[in-house]
Amino acid sequence: MHPALSVIVFTTVSGLGYGLAAVLGLGALDAAAWPTRVAHVLALAAISTGLLSSTLHLGNPQRAWRAFSQWRSSWLSREGVLAVATFLPLTASAWMSVIEGRYLPLWGLLGTAGSVATVFSTAMIYTSLRSVQAWHTPLTVAGYLSFAAAGGLLLATVAAYAAGSDMAPRLALAGIVALAAAWAFKGAWWRRQRRMAPISTPESATGLGAIGRVRLHERPHANENYLTREMGFKVARKHADKLERLALASGGVAPVLLLAAATFAGGGLAIALALLAVPFHAIGVLAERWLFFATARHAVMNYYGR
Amino acid sequence: MTSLPAYPSAKRLGLVIDLDVCVGCHACAVSCKEWNTGGYGNALSDQDPYGPDVSGAWLNRIHTFEVVPDGGQVVGEASDARIVHFPKSCLHCEDAPCVTVCPTGASHKRAEDGIVLVDEDKCIGCGLCAWACPYGAREMDVAAGVMKKCTLCIDRIYNETIAEVDRVPSCVRTCPANARHFGDFGDPASAVSTMVAERGGIDLMPEQGTRPVNKYLPPRPRRPLADSAPKAAAVDVSGVTGFFAWLDGVLERI
Ligand code: SF4
Ligand code: SF4
Repeated sequence: MHPALSVIVFTTVSGLGYGLAAVLGLGALDAAAWPTRVAHVLALAAISTGLLSSTLHLGNPQRAWRAFSQWRSSWLSREGVLAVATFLPLTASAWMSVIEGRYLPLWGLLGTAGSVATVFSTAMIYTSLRSVQAWHTPLTVAGYLSFAAAGGLLLATVAAYAAGSDMAPRLALAGIVALAAAWAFKGAWWRRQRRMAPISTPESATGLGAIGRVRLHERPHANENYLTREMGFKVARKHADKLERLALASGGVAPVLLLAAATFAGGGLAIALALLAVPFHAIGVLAERWLFFATARHAVMNYYGR
Repeated sequence: MTSLPAYPSAKRLGLVIDLDVCVGCHACAVSCKEWNTGGYGNALSDQDPYGPDVSGAWLNRIHTFEVVPDGGQVVGEASDARIVHFPKSCLHCEDAPCVTVCPTGASHKRAEDGIVLVDEDKCIGCGLCAWACPYGAREMDVAAGVMKKCTLCIDRIYNETIAEVDRVPSCVRTCPANARHFGDFGDPASAVSTMVAERGGIDLMPEQGTRPVNKYLPPRPRRPLADSAPKAAAVDVSGVTGFFAWLDGVLERI
């Protein structure tokens, strides 16, 4: 599948934003501390940026409001509805923290629940597509949720250290656990992708399998078309393997080591170490998202010999 | 409404495509493009139409495949390999995943005749339906920013201002080999239903769970290559002497 920058940025940035919002909603941080206030604003900014960038690839963005109508059948519609609905408690929580320095459990927990539900429906958009076999697994949902949690805990750890909160080492530990879980899910996802037998083949796509082996002889058009541009992207396995290792090293190993180091260091050094873990993690997740699209094969390519 | 109709419609309009007959002339694709660029919804735009990188939205495309039977030999141009021309357009699936994923209600399946359509005034051009279709039957019109797909020529089949013989999809009307047929699969006595029953019509990618309405008739069996090799008749030349015996010997050697 074509790795569209807008969608990769959207899922990465909004994942981080929702992860952070979900952790803040639990009330683990002192609502009156300035780093918590910054974190609230940051979470809202990340979520809004993500949502805006996701509308960039629309052919008719001025009608985007219509996407809220089909929540009964469409995960994309559900994602839109949940994203907008979640803004309410998240804004309320941010207001309470930034302006009044208070934490309201009801709004906080509602925000957490909404954040989890929104990331869940984002993941379900991909998971529900049988035409892209690599995505069609609960591991996709597990990955999206755990990456959001890991990113959120990571950012919350930075805020906790900056606030000098004694929750910081505990958050760091939770971050390490979430990072380990996320990359374990991703590892399983990659293994499954490598080993799965394709459910659709040129033989089943043409129905000619009863006669023999099927091979594309001539494409319908000499040039690329919408389908081959959108769904014909394929990255060589060799490069995918290399990128997977890079993603894991930057997005998993580095932040785990930095967080662990932060718990031992404490003080100002801990803030720096935890903060450094954020870009490493983000780059790893961006690479993981790029691979998520670039390595996934769409069933239609059985008609295009790719 | 992008939920599928609660009950399968009594009328299920669709196409039968005969892979034994299609000659791969692309006439149906061209006539489809021509009809639909002036018909339902936005024109089917092309980008860089007269340049080297021409590309555009088509609702019907003809692929050509080579099929080699198990153990079949492929020797140059004469072999057991078969060339099969393969027209492909929307199959108007019963369980259409392109419909249920649509966030806006633009993509829908009509309860009255089973035709899958895009209401272009509602479409936001998110492209998710094209991802959901395993057959590549939907293409974005990048000029209008809306999704295009086969309408089964909804503006022909019910059109009482044109001659009755023309009230079939443009591709069906155009096909010079009569490889395409239009009809109601909900009626077991219809010509298309009979054809599918007689020739063993097949679903494409049944494993995708889409339950396509359109059916494909597989190519008829062909004799293996070895059966058509000329069998040299053995001629008895034992009694020949003199010049003819010499000639026979020379001809044997060359
Ligand atoms: S062929 Fe594709 S576009 Fe047509 S109904 Fe089936 S899934 Fe939808
Ligand atoms: S491209 Fe249009 S028809 Fe397709 S899913 Fe998006 S809004 Fe619906």
